[in-house]
Amino acid sequence: MLALQGAAELHLAALRSIGAAAVPVRRPDELADVDRLILPGGESTTISMMLDGNGLAGPLAERLAGGMSTLGTCAGLLLLAAEVSDGRDDQHCFGALDISARRNAYGPQTESFEADLPIAALGPSPMTAVFIRSPIVERVGPEVEVLARLDGHPVLCRQGRAWGCTFHPELSGDLRLHRLFCEEMA
Amino acid sequence: MRVKRGLAEMLKRGVIMDVVTAEHARIAEDAGAVAVMALERVPADIRRDGGVARMSPPEIIESIVEAVTIPVMAKARIGHFAEAQVLEALGVDYIDESEVLTPADEAHHIDKWQFTVPFVCGATNLGEALRRISEGAAMIRSKGEAGTGNIIEAVRHLRSITGDIRRITVADSAELYDWAKRLQAPVALVREIAEAGRLPVPLFCAGGVATPADASLVMQLGAEAVFVGSGIFKSDNPAPRAKAVVEATTNFDDPAILLKVSRGLGEAMPGLELGNLETRLAERGW
Repeated sequence: MLALQGAAELHLAALRSIGAAAVPVRRPDELADVDRLILPGGESTTISMMLDGNGLAGPLAERLAGGMSTLGTCAGLLLLAAEVSDGRDDQHCFGALDISARRNAYGPQTESFEADLPIAALGPSPMTAVFIRSPIVERVGPEVEVLARLDGHPVLCRQGRAWGCTFHPELSGDLRLHRLFCEEMA
Repeated sequence: MRVKRGLAEMLKRGVIMDVVTAEHARIAEDAGAVAVMALERVPADIRRDGGVARMSPPEIIESIVEAVTIPVMAKARIGHFAEAQVLEALGVDYIDESEVLTPADEAHHIDKWQFTVPFVCGATNLGEALRRISEGAAMIRSKGEAGTGNIIEAVRHLRSITGDIRRITVADSAELYDWAKRLQAPVALVREIAEAGRLPVPLFCAGGVATPADASLVMQLGAEAVFVGSGIFKSDNPAPRAKAVVEATTNFDDPAILLKVSRGLGEAMPGLELGNLETRLAERGW
């Protein structure tokens, strides 16, 4: 669990409650010890700078290029994207997901919302998805599989072993996405 | 409430910086701030100049919103729900109902449930924190003593809040009613704390943070993120100090990194002894 800044704690709690051996990652040696990585929500600009500050940007780019299993939520999805608009020019986009995303695309916090989201891969009942100043995915490449959409926009997608969602599965107490991520990648 | 509290979750292990101008806001974002707090004057200047301190003019807040990509917060006076309505209409991401501004109501805080935009409120102890949460606050911060560069009050408030939380977790069910009475807080919230061992909303620190070590101290005492007011822009060299406080907050439990980022920052803001203050901002709020 990348735990430089943002909602890492709730992800860690979710992972531990489904029996996964989850640890926070803040340094290169800690990254080397994990076989998969969740990139949490937070501020993508801050997380990006802290990746540089803590010497993680290079090693993380290498692991992602090597096909490490990863799930990016909200800001985490932006870090995995190929291209980000309305962000800062210097923020990292590692390109593990061939998507273009617009940062904070719904507007200020008063436009943040919850939605019941049908996700076939998770079973018949919809997932309560919490969107907090979320990005919108505006382009998906041919290799990207879209697993859920909201108002036509992809909100959950995957490419190989990289997954990304624009909402916050760690906020709703619904552990099915964490479980699927851990099982599929085991 | 989940959506309101959600944004506070996203700010954890981050630094929220007080800014007066768009230029300040850009320096804050460049340094890695997770959000900025727009205000008319930093607390040290409010303290020095006196007079009634109010919500910032909308055009200043708008220029700050334009200047950065990170969330923008703004302060409203305690009890001044009309200022809060203006800030919500303007589209700020969080409102701080703040004792740093001159209170508008000597008995009532804003009924924060009436708003879509989330609120953060200051607290000096657990009872005050729970009263604010019962009014709809989605984040609690220590009050500290803003504009002093002196961390002692923030430490007192954090220790008081976290200490009482620990004591409540070992209280039996009958004792919880007594806790509710003593804290002047709803028993339902006291029960929630007894079960969860933590506040039902994130707990951040504000008031008196001036150095990277200050940020580390309050994070180690249980704060989940840090507000920095005068500490950045009243120091010798704001940009490197801002970056150092950000790095210290992320790596608060790593002394080697703290040492590295504490070097070469120039003078911190001049501090004030609490005994010499004419006005104690932390005493505002009820």
